[in-house]
Amino acid sequence: MQFSEQWLRSRVNPSLSTDELSYLLTMAGLEVEDVTAAAPAFTGVVVGEVKECEKHENADRLRVTKVDVGTGELVQIVCGAPNVAVGVKVPCALPGAILPGDFKIKPTKMRGVESGGMLCSGKELGVPDEVDGLMLLPADAPVGQNIRDYLGLDDSLFTLKITPNRADCLSIRGIAREVAALTGSPLAAWDIAAVAPQTDSKLAVAIADNAPCGRYVGRVVKNVNAAAPTPDWMKRRLERSGLRSISAIVDITNYILLEQGQPMHAFDLGKINGGITVRMAAAGEKLVCLNEKEVALTPDLMVIADDQQPLAIAGIMGGLDSGVTTASRDIFLESAFFQPEAIAGKARALGFGSDSSYRYERGVDFALQTEAIERATALVLEICGGEAGPLTETVGQLPQRSSVTVRTARVARVLGVALAAEQIAAIFTRLGLAFEQNDAGFVVSAPSFRFDIEIEEDLIEEIARVYGYDNIPSDAPVAAQTMLPQPEGLRVRSEVRRLLAGRDFQEIVSYAFVEEKWERDFAGNANPVRLINPIASQMSVMRSSLIGGLVDTLAANLNRKHSRVRVFEIARVFHKQADGSVQQPEVVAGLAHGGRVDEQWGSKAERVDFYDIKADVEALLYPRVAEYRKAAHPAFHPGRCAEVLLGGAVVGVLGELHPQWVQAYGLTNAPVLFELAVEAVEQVGRVQLAAVSKFQPVRRDLALVVAEDVNAATIQLAMKGAASAFVRELALFDVYRGKGVDEGKKSLAFRIVLQAADRTLVDDEVEQAVAAMLAAAEAAGAVLRA
Amino acid sequence: MSNVDVILKEGLAALDAVTDLVELEQVKARFLGKSGALTELLKQLGKLSPDERKTAGATINAAKQAFETRHNDVRDGFNAAKLAAQLAAESLDVTLPGRGTTPAGLHPVTLTLERITSLFATMGFEVADGPEIETDFHNFQALNIPENHPARAMQDTFYVEGGDVLRTHTSPIQVRYMLDHQPPIKIVAPGRVYRVDSDATHSPMFHQMEGLWIDQNVSFADLKATITEFLRRFFERDDMQVRFRPSFFPFTETSAEIDVLDEQGRWLEVGGSGMVHPNVLRNVGIDPEKYTGFAFGIGLDRFAMLRYGVNDLRLFFENDLTFLKQFN
Repeated sequence: MQFSEQWLRSRVNPSLSTDELSYLLTMAGLEVEDVTAAAPAFTGVVVGEVKECEKHENADRLRVTKVDVGTGELVQIVCGAPNVAVGVKVPCALPGAILPGDFKIKPTKMRGVESGGMLCSGKELGVPDEVDGLMLLPADAPVGQNIRDYLGLDDSLFTLKITPNRADCLSIRGIAREVAALTGSPLAAWDIAAVAPQTDSKLAVAIADNAPCGRYVGRVVKNVNAAAPTPDWMKRRLERSGLRSISAIVDITNYILLEQGQPMHAFDLGKINGGITVRMAAAGEKLVCLNEKEVALTPDLMVIADDQQPLAIAGIMGGLDSGVTTASRDIFLESAFFQPEAIAGKARALGFGSDSSYRYERGVDFALQTEAIERATALVLEICGGEAGPLTETVGQLPQRSSVTVRTARVARVLGVALAAEQIAAIFTRLGLAFEQNDAGFVVSAPSFRFDIEIEEDLIEEIARVYGYDNIPSDAPVAAQTMLPQPEGLRVRSEVRRLLAGRDFQEIVSYAFVEEKWERDFAGNANPVRLINPIASQMSVMRSSLIGGLVDTLAANLNRKHSRVRVFEIARVFHKQADGSVQQPEVVAGLAHGGRVDEQWGSKAERVDFYDIKADVEALLYPRVAEYRKAAHPAFHPGRCAEVLLGGAVVGVLGELHPQWVQAYGLTNAPVLFELAVEAVEQVGRVQLAAVSKFQPVRRDLALVVAEDVNAATIQLAMKGAASAFVRELALFDVYRGKGVDEGKKSLAFRIVLQAADRTLVDDEVEQAVAAMLAAAEAAGAVLRA
Repeated sequence: MSNVDVILKEGLAALDAVTDLVELEQVKARFLGKSGALTELLKQLGKLSPDERKTAGATINAAKQAFETRHNDVRDGFNAAKLAAQLAAESLDVTLPGRGTTPAGLHPVTLTLERITSLFATMGFEVADGPEIETDFHNFQALNIPENHPARAMQDTFYVEGGDVLRTHTSPIQVRYMLDHQPPIKIVAPGRVYRVDSDATHSPMFHQMEGLWIDQNVSFADLKATITEFLRRFFERDDMQVRFRPSFFPFTETSAEIDVLDEQGRWLEVGGSGMVHPNVLRNVGIDPEKYTGFAFGIGLDRFAMLRYGVNDLRLFFENDLTFLKQFN
């Protein structure tokens, strides 16, 4: 809502500066988004009348004028504007004037002719208009008057951000009422007099039973001059409220909307067939609206119809055909109250709204219609002439205002400050809320202009607002002291993040909506969760894996000349289930590309590989030890990809990006990635302490030769299965290929540590235990290396 | 000069003249070896009378001791020089960088989130979480935002197939938490949220944090105190000016925008807050007569921008390592 400060001050004029007024409104909940001057600063410009105008002897385009500036002597001014002529009244900057941009006016000579000032265009004064050349002032502009006073330029334009609950402040009338309540300054009474009918002409109005129209006030005005010019004062107020002048009658309806907050509509009476009915639209009906859009009406839309067809969509927009034009001779004015629920959401559904629908859906004062139409009629008669008919009022279902109880004790409990009943009573009085007082508190009736006072809390907020949020204390809260739970068996998110950051992975945040292609390529997901209204086609589906975002981040950073990229992300992913529901688990995923370490003097330059990332995964899951199983996954190289299992359940995957995606996504080398369920990473478990043996451990190493395609884990699992109770450790510590081992085979070296809790092991026991494990390994295909 | 003195003098001179440890041991053998000069003198003591033997023995032993002392000094000198030479040879360029990797770091929004949740933890606020694809009920209706309410236009919503929404705020987390817990409730709920909006100051995905405190007598004064304390601790400015100004949110009544005065003297909006609307409490089965409470919501990205001086929100989602690594 934008308006002119001068306009507001014509109704209520507290002794506050513009800045103070702005602060007051903001702190009362009417946030001032912007205050701008109506015109930039300038001085020394008065209304001048051109009395003489001659061609300049030495310049074709210049005129030498004599201008009356009210001093009794004519001033000679050279002027180059195309529209300068004898008799025009224009702004005249006199010597000493300073125009916007610090442009100082001095007496000068132009091509040899004295010039004692400057005739000004609107642009030169910082108030651009559509005229080519000088700003032309009305014939009755008083010569010599300061132009700032004459045009009311010492004004500020306020832009308020009105919250949806304060529709009562979407007008000068409402804001003035609020300012008066907040400051106690007197509010100018509206004193709108009824216009006496000069003709009997009127239209029959009916409200259909099912039409949520509370009140419909109408009036015929005959023989108007719809082409009459809109007076400058009205134009100025409209323009300073951000509305363009259209024609006198439309301007008057807009003016009433801004001044009173009552949306109005003017029909061309000649286009109305028969009477007016406010009813729900019938299926199949159509209407071309004022914005020239044809709307197929639906039965949830209320219309204003004549005996033949809809003329307007009630509360939203008038029809193109029936609206008033400059050629209209007889008009019908409408001032109505439509229920907010009937209008709410309709503008969004139609794809267009209006200043009227904006107000109706938030709530228009349902007692205002008659006053508003009387004020509009008076303005029509004043500006366009004509004869007014009698006012017709049709009443439907009006809102019921139930009384609201507010308890003084509850006010103290909710706000944390004990206000006396008298203070509360004074606040209600200032807000114009009628109330009855009792021992416990108040029973309040909301006025017709407030749609946001329904329960006790609404009144508590009003009390707080007027009392001043600043005046409510903010002492440290007093509350029972409790400690937060700290489950020791859980690794919290921040630990997971720091663990990865400590292993040189940089955290990133990427969008949850991705290209559909990523889902296919990296997750093999042909049926992702789709957005109905994506912001762009490459953000149209919800991701089921973080891999796409990581690969995209890699590509972007390679473009920015980073050769080594290690990144991770923790986020929710989205899996559509067969029943249409969506699982939204959190996952942690990482990507590494480039050198194992930053290129440096002390380490060999080696590219990060599968086993580096496997170590990261092991660290993430530590102390739990996962099982790794070769797997097929659409994102990964088929020979370099593993599923990660904990307790038999798959909790994630790791692998080297498939060469086809390396090429397709423009990467230089294959990155290695992992993705794990956060739930799995979180579960650390409490420490399970085992007794520490006092007896000597014994170590035996076994080198076993197996075929290339035999997994180390297969042999290890077999040995583990045959291990005695006192085998404390079984670990693979070397893999060897080459001299001494046949082509197509590899040698796996295992370390076996044996230690009993209760005795020193004797050689026989050790040898038997190792022999049993060897036998198991042999059964699994291994041969003891010679 | 006795024979002993002559031999000692000769021996000490020989010790002083050696050039390495091998030579040193040769000299030692010459004087103290089995047939060394001093050893020979000792062997001859037996030929003397007991009185003479005592005197001569003492003299020879003194000489022997003097020789040994000098021998040890010379040996230590050689050893010290040898060690010094070894140490000099082993000297490193200590200015070369350490081997291995340096750690990376966390995203600035995460740093902000962790900082804020840990501040609130000191006041007893637990962290809560919830889904990002939400039902209309949890995102809107339970929060007192019915269909067609003009407030819905305040938050342009992404819809997914089937009618659910991408949560437009973190408030549905408080709804879920309240459905599962009875007061006292004291939580903060950070997370990603989504709105149909994209420019220098809006991202279609961004981060919010919701706070909620419900108990028997939690008041607007408590709201003011808690949030003011938080802002001063977060920005580490004890004198930070904070103001609360009336506003409207469907899920709170009395509602307040939170502004802070920045170092240029401008008021900056940093969040919304208010006393939880009785309808919201009723919707989740909490008796508003028995319990009151406040909720607030802040933009984590905005807090990160203010804290670290970032002027373009989009930087947080471009994942340029040159930008991100500055926060490490």
